Amino acid sequence: MQLYGYRRPDGRVGFRNHVLILPTAICSASVAEKIAQLVPGTTWANNNTGCCLLGEDIDIYRRTIVNTAGHPNVAATLIIGLGCETISAAMAAAEIEKFGKPVRHLAIQTDGGVRKTIEKGVILAKELLAYASKSKREPASVSDLIVGLECGGSDPASGITANPATGAAVDRVIDEGGSAILGETDEWIGAEMILTSRAKTKAIARDTLRLVRRFERHVKAHGSNLSDGQPTRGNQAAGLSTIEEKSLGCISKLGSREISEVLEYSEIPTKKGAILLDTPGFDVTSVVGIIAGGCQVMVFTTGLGTPVGNPIAPVIKVSSNSLTYERMKDAIDINAGTILEGKETIAGVGNRIYAMILRVLSGEMPKAEQLGQIQYGIWRATTEL
Amino acid sequence: MKESSASAIVINEADNVGLAVKDLKTGDSIAISVDGTERTVTLKNDIKFLHKFALTDIKSGDKILKYGQVIGGATRDIAAGEHVHTHNIKSLRGQYSRSKARSEGK
Repeated sequence: MQLYGYRRPDGRVGFRNHVLILPTAICSASVAEKIAQLVPGTTWANNNTGCCLLGEDIDIYRRTIVNTAGHPNVAATLIIGLGCETISAAMAAAEIEKFGKPVRHLAIQTDGGVRKTIEKGVILAKELLAYASKSKREPASVSDLIVGLECGGSDPASGITANPATGAAVDRVIDEGGSAILGETDEWIGAEMILTSRAKTKAIARDTLRLVRRFERHVKAHGSNLSDGQPTRGNQAAGLSTIEEKSLGCISKLGSREISEVLEYSEIPTKKGAILLDTPGFDVTSVVGIIAGGCQVMVFTTGLGTPVGNPIAPVIKVSSNSLTYERMKDAIDINAGTILEGKETIAGVGNRIYAMILRVLSGEMPKAEQLGQIQYGIWRATTEL
Repeated sequence: MKESSASAIVINEADNVGLAVKDLKTGDSIAISVDGTERTVTLKNDIKFLHKFALTDIKSGDKILKYGQVIGGATRDIAAGEHVHTHNIKSLRGQYSRSKARSEGK
């Protein structure tokens, strides 16, 4: 199938053409949402933070909002700030300009309050929408592609059906020159030796272990056990007993190819191939960090069923078992439970996932996109001041 | 997957736990074939869909193997056919020891 995408000034290719309304603090999020509602055709990304951030979180936060706006699926961005937050709308806009795409900004404290900011925002959003409408699709290929990988509400079937089937699709993408990103660092714990054995260089293996150890240290520094939250209550009810068991199932989403790069949360890859990126196991903030890295589409596997989507990249949902698929058909695109029943093979479901990735890039809306599921939250590594 | 019967699977030949692929009852005889060798495990508990049961007798402190990898340790003796879950195994990773932290003055 010939792919067509929007080649952006930085060379990356988008397969959606969003005008993004982006708040720089939780305080301006409702204004951003209101503007998006008043200008159909735009989208917005919620904000759960933005103020009183500590060092490590400032880096995570800045990288996430900047790279979300810079994402190739975004044609243009309108930033809505309050004024006094850690990274103001003007500061964010100055950084986002490096991507060479239109970016406008307003701040509630200096643009006349809430109503005036909404009025001005609507005018700017309509201008950006008119600009974006002139974007042209050009021929693109799988080598332009980064597939994001996520699992949420995993069960013991995830690791033998939906995840390895996703891995089979990922191997095909990588063999054609594309990339895939696996996050959820706490879900590498117990399976890190399998990942390091695939590392292209010793430095990549070391970085993989460094991220895992850092995660374990964070947990212990709070006087907690990893098992307090991983596997989750829902994972345990489904039959997953330990983080090691969950991890061994989780990592099979990344297929089997050599690992070429290890990245921090929301970083943009510089290499092609199988890539690791530091995110938490919590699916919403993990999805946001992985997609900020530039994934144009995400494959999200689930055992228990979840509606989670994203405002920037379409999310394809794959269920690990048929019961969940039947219960939540409105939110799940592909059922990998057929593998458990002996009706399909891992490779067969992998081919279906691969075909759907290409169709979604070409414009088909997966269920999460049809349902308007645009959950967006940014990871907090430390505490609030 | 190494082998399957209609009711349970063993993912790797090294594993000491099997996975129920439908709800199973106490007393059910589960035929397991690993690399062509047939054997039968009689269940000592009800095993829900996707939950694990012991394929052999496991001693307290023994490692639990699934995917051919360590997924935790047994916290007590587990007999073949028993449900294997959080009540009798635990993770070996990311465990904070309050007594150890106290002795280190944290």
